[in-house]
Amino acid sequence: MQTLLVASRKGLFRVQGDDLQWQLYEPAFAGDPVSQLLCDPRSGHWYAALRLGHFGAKLHTSQDRGASWTELAAPAFPPKPDSGPLAQDPTPWNVDQVWSLAAGGADEPGVLWAGCMPAGLFKSEDGGQSWALNRPLWDEPRRMLWMGGGNDYPGMHSVLVDPRDARCIRVAISCGGVWQSRDGGQSWTLSAEGMKADYLPEGLGQDPNLQDPHRMVQCAADPDVLWVQHHCGIFRSTDGGRHWTAIAPPAPSGFGFAVACDPANPLRAWFAPAQSDSHRFPVDGKMVVTRTDDGGQSFTVLDMGLPQGPAYHLVYRHGLSLAPDGRTLALASTTGGLWISPDQGAQWHCVSRDLPPIAALAWSA
Amino acid sequence: MSDPSLVLVEFAASLRRHVACGPQEVPCGSLRQVLDAALASAPAALAPYVLDDQRCVRKHVAVFINHSLVLDRQNLDQQLQPGDRVLVIQALTGG
Repeated sequence: MQTLLVASRKGLFRVQGDDLQWQLYEPAFAGDPVSQLLCDPRSGHWYAALRLGHFGAKLHTSQDRGASWTELAAPAFPPKPDSGPLAQDPTPWNVDQVWSLAAGGADEPGVLWAGCMPAGLFKSEDGGQSWALNRPLWDEPRRMLWMGGGNDYPGMHSVLVDPRDARCIRVAISCGGVWQSRDGGQSWTLSAEGMKADYLPEGLGQDPNLQDPHRMVQCAADPDVLWVQHHCGIFRSTDGGRHWTAIAPPAPSGFGFAVACDPANPLRAWFAPAQSDSHRFPVDGKMVVTRTDDGGQSFTVLDMGLPQGPAYHLVYRHGLSLAPDGRTLALASTTGGLWISPDQGAQWHCVSRDLPPIAALAWSA
Repeated sequence: MSDPSLVLVEFAASLRRHVACGPQEVPCGSLRQVLDAALASAPAALAPYVLDDQRCVRKHVAVFINHSLVLDRQNLDQQLQPGDRVLVIQALTGG
C-alpha cells in the first residue's frame, strides 16, 4: 500500500492504494490552501505548509501519518534594516509562502530546509520548531537582480541536499538561476552556466543570474546529474550543476513547469509539457507526459489514460512525482485532475478530475 | 467587560478556527502595546496570524478600535482609552 499526499487549494488530501486501485480520503486542513509538503524519510514525519490568505504562511507536522497535526513555527524574515543597502531592498521581508521543503542529510537529524517566496532560504535544526534565514544567500548583492517569474517576487521552488554530502546544497529560483553551496550554506556560487533565457535583451540571455529554472531535480544514484525544466526548455547537467546542456525540445513541446527524474537511472526523466509561455495548457488540448530514457536524446510521449481533449490542465512545478518504488508516478493539475501511473507513465489511472487546484505532491515512504 | 479601566481585545471566529484565542482584557496603552499584551496572553502561535514578519498588521487582517478601522498597519501608535474595544478580523480576500 502506497500513500500519496496532495497539496491543494482547499486542503491536504491523502490517497492510498497500489497499481490501478486508489482511494481518496477526506482532506486535512479543509478549506485552507496547502502550498508544499514533505515526507521526511529519516523520521517518517510529515510536514504541510499552508498559505492562508488572511493569516500568512504556516507550517504543521504530523508524526502519526496524518491522524493528527501540530502547528510549528513557520519560516519568517528578520526585521528589515532601517539603514544600509538593504533598507532600499524592494522585496518585502515577509514570507508569502513556503514553496519548497527538503530534509537535511541522513547524518543531520532534525535539519530541514525551506525555500520561500520571496526567495529566502531558511534552515531549521530542530525539526521545524524554529527557523533561521540563510544570510549569505539573502545578502548576496546579485539577489537584487532577481525577478518574479509569474509572481510578484522571486521564489525558491527547489532545494536539493546532496545525498553524498549534506553540506552540498543546490537551490533554484524563479527567476534567479541556480546556486550551490559546498559548505552547508556559508557561501554560495552561481551555477547556471549554459542556461539561456531567449526573452531577455541581446547579450543578457545567458546571464546565469537571470535564468528562470521552473523546477530542478537530482538523480539520487548519480547526484551529479541534474535536470531542469526551464522557462525556455529543458536543461541537464552531468557535473553537479556547474554546466548545463540544452536538450532539444521534444514533441509536443519543451515548455512546462514540472520535471521528475528516476532516482536509480540518470538517463531517465519525465516532463509535463504545456504549449508555450503564452498558452499554458496542453498542446492541442491533449494532455501528455514525456519521458526520456537516454538522457534527453529522445523522448516518448505518454498519453494512455490521460484526457485527450479538450483538456486545459496545467501541471505546476511540484505536480509530477515518482514514488519511492521507482515506478509509480503521480501527476496533478491546476484544474484538479489527479492521475497515477503504475508503470512509469505507460498507462494512467484517473483518481479524480474534480479536486481543487493542486500545487504539490509528495509520496510517503 | 468586567473591568472598565481595561481595553477589551477580541479575535474573530475565522482566527479562532486556527488558534484558540478568547477575548483578552489588557491595560491601556498604544495599540501596539495593547495588541502585544493580548497576543502575549494568547497561545504563542497567534501572533504571526495577526502580525507579519515585520510586526505590521497583516495585509489581509483588519483591526478596528471601537467602530474605526485602523489604516496605518505599521506604527500602531494610537492611544487607547479605558473601555475601548479592539476587534481583529480577517479582511475579505481570496476565492
